Amino acid sequence: MHFAFSEDQTLLRDTVRDVLAKECAPEVVRRVWTGSNEERVPVWGTLAENGFVGMAASEAAGGMSMSEVDLALVLEEAGYAALPGPIVESALAGLPLLEQLSAGTPHAAWVERVVSGEATLGLYFERQSLALHAPLADLLLVVRGDALYAVPRAEAGLVAQTAVDRATSVATLDYKPSPAHLVARGAAAQVAIQLAYERAALGNACVMVGLARRMLDLAVAYAKDREQFGKPIGAQQAVQHHLANAAGRIAFAQPVVYRAAWALANRDRAGGESRREAELAVSMAKIYAEEAARFVAKVALQVHGAIGYTIECDLHFFMKRVWTLAPFYGTAAVHRARIGAHIL
Amino acid sequence: MMDLDFTEQEQAFRAECRAWLEANVPKQSLPSGDTREGYALHLEWERKLFDAGWSCVSWPKEYGGREASLYEWLIFEEEYYRVQAPSRVTQNGIFLLAPTIFEFGTEAQKARILRPMARGDLSIAQAWSEPNSGSDLASLRSTAKRTEGGWLLTGQKTWSTRGAFSDMAYGLFRTDPSKARHKGLTYFLFPLTGEGVTVRGVDRLDGDEGFAELFLEDLFVPDENIIGEVDKGWEVAMATTSSERGLSLRSPGRFMATATRLIELYGRYRETCDPALRDQVIDAWMGAQAYRWYTFKSVTDMLTGKPIGAESSLNKVFWSEMDVRTHETALAILDERQCLDEGSAAADDEGAWIKGFQFALAGPIYAGTNEIQRNIAAQRVLGLPRG
Repeated sequence: MHFAFSEDQTLLRDTVRDVLAKECAPEVVRRVWTGSNEERVPVWGTLAENGFVGMAASEAAGGMSMSEVDLALVLEEAGYAALPGPIVESALAGLPLLEQLSAGTPHAAWVERVVSGEATLGLYFERQSLALHAPLADLLLVVRGDALYAVPRAEAGLVAQTAVDRATSVATLDYKPSPAHLVARGAAAQVAIQLAYERAALGNACVMVGLARRMLDLAVAYAKDREQFGKPIGAQQAVQHHLANAAGRIAFAQPVVYRAAWALANRDRAGGESRREAELAVSMAKIYAEEAARFVAKVALQVHGAIGYTIECDLHFFMKRVWTLAPFYGTAAVHRARIGAHIL
Repeated sequence: MMDLDFTEQEQAFRAECRAWLEANVPKQSLPSGDTREGYALHLEWERKLFDAGWSCVSWPKEYGGREASLYEWLIFEEEYYRVQAPSRVTQNGIFLLAPTIFEFGTEAQKARILRPMARGDLSIAQAWSEPNSGSDLASLRSTAKRTEGGWLLTGQKTWSTRGAFSDMAYGLFRTDPSKARHKGLTYFLFPLTGEGVTVRGVDRLDGDEGFAELFLEDLFVPDENIIGEVDKGWEVAMATTSSERGLSLRSPGRFMATATRLIELYGRYRETCDPALRDQVIDAWMGAQAYRWYTFKSVTDMLTGKPIGAESSLNKVFWSEMDVRTHETALAILDERQCLDEGSAAADDEGAWIKGFQFALAGPIYAGTNEIQRNIAAQRVLGLPRG
């Protein structure tokens, strides 16, 4: 038993943290909101150049064959910065899926484009009612039954919608499967698709933890600064207790999420038993992270008071990102049902 | 490298614990350890545990331990609660006083106290609170006056856990009345029998005589009963309270076992109970799991030079509130019969849930109320100003 990240893993986290602090500051997110940013997804080029987008791809494809544990802290930082765009889908969930199933097909050419940052990926699982990051993503990986289709944006029948988080694009999809898009089908494809779902849920949980941390930091800074009755509001016990509760949610979500990353990275070490353990761990991570982020959002808003209820204040980027991303890859209710099926 | 599997050594340790516990845990559960009759039976069990080397697995061998790692101690706890072994009536000694003695005690004190205490031959209770000093412990007023060869203790202590059945107690006394609050206090061990001390048992919420009030009047205590230095008692005591809030007071094994029993209970009534309770049962199971992983991560942090510190306040709030919710869920599953106390023929699990519920309600109060814990977390983890 040893429950800590390695020095390399925390160094990687520090690097991505620095990059995002410089290139994805709130004013950049604000420009994406208002549609005035030059890049559709800011920082993407820098992230790809530094190898962050291709982390999970094989070395042959220009990646680093990194695991869920390596990616967990990087994605948490993406959440902390409210990085717009399909980072979970491109870096963790979609890229290894595409690389594995497209080998020897014309679709394999996309892998290198994603690793280099030239193209981004979206994921659309069965029974999903909305495509996340579409129409922004260049290639949509669409699951139908036991088959995976790789669908260029223009051919997916997308109708753009407007999410409460304007920095995240969403669309409905009216897609008729075409043989030209088929990547793979059958039992092996299904296993890979299921793994991609687990990775997407885990990545989403990592982003939620990062968002929660950022909202708590904003609320604590505000509570130290804002004075009423002649002292900082953060000196009031009622405010302190709200913030302590928020800190507690994050403190307990983190080990649950990190443990899920480890369980997923080591899912095959003991056959069916360890795969079951990984599924349970991912579901717990999704629930703890989502509920922590939703809770911290409410606390942060309450502590900010009226200023938090405006779009002048940066807080809303982070809250609305939570509300937009949280239902994807299984709501807390879906994951509770999955746990219940295992343990009850 | 992160590795969340147990090593071969840790797995072998678990197998050894499990085999011994399964062979030796009393088949019939003992009467409550917070009653006079039950306490004596629990001490017999503690003796058996100690003689087989399972009382304090992480202690040095010379004091009866087996020098197990902290991970192994957590494994032992999981196995201990899994078989529903008797509650540890020595815990205020072995988990709260012992770390203080290891850190501040003299070699003579270690030799005199640790083994008999762990074996149940010498029962030592905590005596922190006074009638007017609970959360605000530093306002305490009991005094110790210099006399030939020792000290005379005078004052009143209260909520002394199992103090009514114990041989000795530990607590703080004002040795320098000219100094205020945290200064001028000294950490004493003192007897609970003989001239100068009166012990009055107090029935807890669940009816057991688990508490005691201690009245001291010129109780003589020799110098050798001081732990640490004279007038430095606050520093010594704080070392104990941080271990109380941290790992040792409530290891995850207890809550994992409670969650397992809750799942069994739900299995009994799933067809008839409110379907909404299903999610609450899942939440109880997840809470125990989350606490387990949080704890393993804390142990790794400690072993790699990152002490727990004020974050342990968040930990105490988490497990104490989780324990209340878990018991509330069990009561809801039991429907009308949730009110049935021990001794009712129709009570499920011998009335353990209503009793456990009452004990769980003490969790947010003892070892520093959850309000105080939230203040500590806000000020020392988040850096908010003092009110």
